[in-house]
Amino acid sequence: MSAIAATGRPSFLEEGFSLSSWLFTRDHKRIAILYAITITAFFFVGGAAAAMMRLNLMNPQGTLVTADTYNKLFTVHGVVMVWFFLIPSIPATLGNFLIPLMIGAREVAFPRLNILSWYIYLLGGVFVIYTLIAGGVDTGWTFYTPFSTLFSNTHVVEAVMGVFIVGFSSILTGLNFIVTVHRMRAPGMTWFRMPLFVWANYATAIIMVLATPVLAMTLVLLSLERILHVGIFDPALGGDPLLFQHLFWFYSHPAVYIMVLPAMGVVSEIITCFARKRIFGYRFMCYAILGIAGFGFLVWGHHMFVSGQSMYAGMVFSMLSFMVAVPSAIKVFNWTATLYKGSIVFTAPMLYALGFVGLFTIGGMTGLYLAAVALDVHLTDTYFVIAHFHYIMVGGSVMAYLGGIHYWWPKITGRMYNEAWGRMAAIVIFVGFNLTFFPQYILGYLGMPRRYHEYPPEFQVLNLFSSAGAAVLAVGYLLPLVYLGWSLFKGPRAGPNPWDARGLEWKTSSPPPKDNFTAVPAVDPVPYAYNPEVPPA
Amino acid sequence: MSTTTPEIRPAEWREQTASLGMWVFLATEVMFFGGIFMGYLYLRAHYSAEVAQASRHTHEWLGTINTAILLTSSFSMALAVRFSQLAKRETVQRLLWVTAALGSAFLAVKFAEYTMEWHEGLVPGLHFTIQENARVTALFFFLYFLATGVHAVHLTIGVLAVLWMSWRLRRPPFPDWRADEIDVLGLYWHFVDAIWIFLYPLFYLVSLSS
Amino acid sequence: MKWTLAAASDVAARVDGLFFTMLAITGLVAIAIFVLMIVFCLRYRRSAKVDRSNAPANWLPLELGWTLTPLAIFLVIFAWSAYVYGGFYRPDPGAMPVWVVGKQWMWKIEHANGHREIDELHLPLGQRVKLVIATEDVIHSFYLPEMRLKQDAVPGRYTTLVFTPTKTGTFDLRCSEYCGTDHARMGGHVIVQTPEQFQRWLAGTPAEPTMAARGFDTFRRLGCSGCHDPRSSVHAPDLDGLFGRVVHLQDGRTIVADEAYIRDSILLPKKDVVAGFVPVMPSFQGQATEGDILDIIAYIKSTSSPPSGERGDGLKATREILP
Repeated sequence: MSAIAATGRPSFLEEGFSLSSWLFTRDHKRIAILYAITITAFFFVGGAAAAMMRLNLMNPQGTLVTADTYNKLFTVHGVVMVWFFLIPSIPATLGNFLIPLMIGAREVAFPRLNILSWYIYLLGGVFVIYTLIAGGVDTGWTFYTPFSTLFSNTHVVEAVMGVFIVGFSSILTGLNFIVTVHRMRAPGMTWFRMPLFVWANYATAIIMVLATPVLAMTLVLLSLERILHVGIFDPALGGDPLLFQHLFWFYSHPAVYIMVLPAMGVVSEIITCFARKRIFGYRFMCYAILGIAGFGFLVWGHHMFVSGQSMYAGMVFSMLSFMVAVPSAIKVFNWTATLYKGSIVFTAPMLYALGFVGLFTIGGMTGLYLAAVALDVHLTDTYFVIAHFHYIMVGGSVMAYLGGIHYWWPKITGRMYNEAWGRMAAIVIFVGFNLTFFPQYILGYLGMPRRYHEYPPEFQVLNLFSSAGAAVLAVGYLLPLVYLGWSLFKGPRAGPNPWDARGLEWKTSSPPPKDNFTAVPAVDPVPYAYNPEVPPA
Repeated sequence: MSTTTPEIRPAEWREQTASLGMWVFLATEVMFFGGIFMGYLYLRAHYSAEVAQASRHTHEWLGTINTAILLTSSFSMALAVRFSQLAKRETVQRLLWVTAALGSAFLAVKFAEYTMEWHEGLVPGLHFTIQENARVTALFFFLYFLATGVHAVHLTIGVLAVLWMSWRLRRPPFPDWRADEIDVLGLYWHFVDAIWIFLYPLFYLVSLSS
Repeated sequence: MKWTLAAASDVAARVDGLFFTMLAITGLVAIAIFVLMIVFCLRYRRSAKVDRSNAPANWLPLELGWTLTPLAIFLVIFAWSAYVYGGFYRPDPGAMPVWVVGKQWMWKIEHANGHREIDELHLPLGQRVKLVIATEDVIHSFYLPEMRLKQDAVPGRYTTLVFTPTKTGTFDLRCSEYCGTDHARMGGHVIVQTPEQFQRWLAGTPAEPTMAARGFDTFRRLGCSGCHDPRSSVHAPDLDGLFGRVVHLQDGRTIVADEAYIRDSILLPKKDVVAGFVPVMPSFQGQATEGDILDIIAYIKSTSSPPSGERGDGLKATREILP
């Protein structure tokens, strides 16, 4: 892995091989890898829970596991996938690694806060693992009161404490990104020369920093109520369970934009590189990113249309939810237009990125159905909602994450992965994903509620399709572990810019040296200065 | 905002970066306390008369004394920041001691107040004996202990940080970046004070206005 | 295998109309995008020798166009949806009340004449029904897929669901808010019958007192009549004909006495004190069950003399409570 030939300096991977040089690192690139390892572990924990759920749902009586076990499975699936995989995934791995490189900086603004954030993440993870071993929690990842405060007999407080703690990891990451982007750009790197990946993570950081503390306080209130039997969510004591829902969703709706905005940033980088063309409508893309982040704070009530909130609140949240779809639509059109007159190759990252655009389009459009309040009354709390958010978070964010991992794999590791395996895995995942989740739209419209461990027999055929798809998806997700792992030892070494891509991260060696650059890099006057008429170097 | 990179390290870049970091952190703190304020708003909107009645159990004179103490500590902190810009190490050190002492006095008063409230049976879930208007009083004091308790935790962290900063100033020199650190610490201190400025009327003064 | 869902309420057809129109629009747009993507990917693949000169990086008219056009379409869909949604909340004079109480893990249903059922709801075809929904423990949700309607049952309050069944038959009832172990088993059927069949079913019950009659007994048993009686020495508001009346409260507000007001007055008597009365009423939290409260409400409703057959939400104040 020697990068000495390229820069005359050892790569960041070669600066110390001891365990403590990793565990006490302040190098944003090493911290990114630490995060990558731990979020992958949690991904498979959450994935195992999903596998059990889909196995159980193969027959209508759902007899593989008991009802209580099933309820614990979907809770752990949600808690782990949302807070321990999706929210940190792109920002804490790819974001941490790439943002300083992309803006021409040596480090993030607060390197010690960065490594601290990883330890906080681990501490939160310890609480969740403890919860699992001690018997689980069965409230759903949404922890609705009064079930979570007064009725559940499971380890609610431990699980909630785990989420509370990991929230601070999010906050510190966000804080670091905001200050880094404001204060550490190389000379000449103006806002409108920054890659869209940086814009996306910047907007995500703002959401992380403003929304997560509200969740923190809400979880404190919930825990105290459960422990002390006094609180503002219990109607018998004069409180209101809807207050919990408002506070919870005020965070959790912006949280979904934390999960999707970075993915959109990755997709922009990949499409522009493999179409060899400037992203279409760069400025609108920047404004769309900011628009999604801003409007995302105003729509939380669309999770509560049938909760007992007033009809007028419902109408207001419905309209705002339609508004937030506009910037997302703009982005889809821009990505499509970027392909026009491009020079397109179908590498593994490009397959993931194109898959994202297609699946995000479907997922986003089904969001419109849910925003239409009259339809949401029928569709909410059914499998339609499950299909909708999995299209965005799995068909969207996870595909983008995998695409980004492949795209920047040579930069991070200095090795190339096997392209044929990469493409195959992308296709297997795409097929498996659609087979798993498209039937769920139909199930939802037909009235199958969510969080059901058993179901009416007339729904079995669609459930079988879905479970079969899950098996294919599982295979698809295991493949990259194999060939990416293989490439670390046997893959051909990569040069500084194997894709002939634009962007400052490609102007240093693969892997980069510890300080990223040998000299302050020269910034391109125009971002994404690709020319589709000129083949790659 | 300057985009000069840290390689060149002008003092100005460093100070502005630390300052931005602290402002972003304070934004998260505002959102954190916001959750408690939302809960309070709900309670007050639905049970305004009962909240006023419950608030009579608070010890206004102790709360007022504490407000005076904390405001004074913000004054000494602001002076410390000013004198650190003039690099007057010993003066800054003394002012930081004063600030820490005032912050500790606040915490001592709070501790005494909590002890009184325990004896009066005002701690919901643990030792609550109020009969009249029991339900809303319990909710009110639940929020009171949560809000002032979280505030006290933040103040304790502030006192420890001020003491540590003061200890580091026990010997010369007094480099530039020390002044930046004191500036940022000052921001934090004023924030903790500002939170109290909201808590004080919301919890102590309600009964006096109805 | 079920592939279609019957439409069995007055709103179901409108909901389906909106759903399938959106399906058509979004389907067309999605297909258009996919076709464009595939066409571009094929035509402009690297090995293809096509004209790539002057590849545009932006074009303001197009970008504005595809910003404002979706916005306009979304606003139209929003307006249509809001209109259909508003129709769920039309006032319901003459709607037949049915009481629903959810608890882990069953639905207890009671008709006005006292007929009770568990996990089943019999309804007459073509008669507008107002379900008043409560819960004894956690949040549940009363979901009728064929009616395209659901409403959460929230502790501490009543929620309502108003609709008219438009098809006879047996339809599904499912709980759709996770409520614990047997959430998936908390369901049953809605059985819509012809009016004659329904009357026969309703009348063919073991002789049980009506809810109002039970409520009258409860009213005495719990001691309410000790104060709320004209002959009582305690000065308490007269409850005769209370339901639907305008009430002036101590803090200056004015409200209409509905189910929620009566429930709050029983459980949280200091919450909405009537002007001119001293707040001495004790709370009956823990003494009056949800069922008791519903019965008392039915009793109080029965003391109204309804000249126009109006119930709660048709707001003609016939008499105001005065100090």
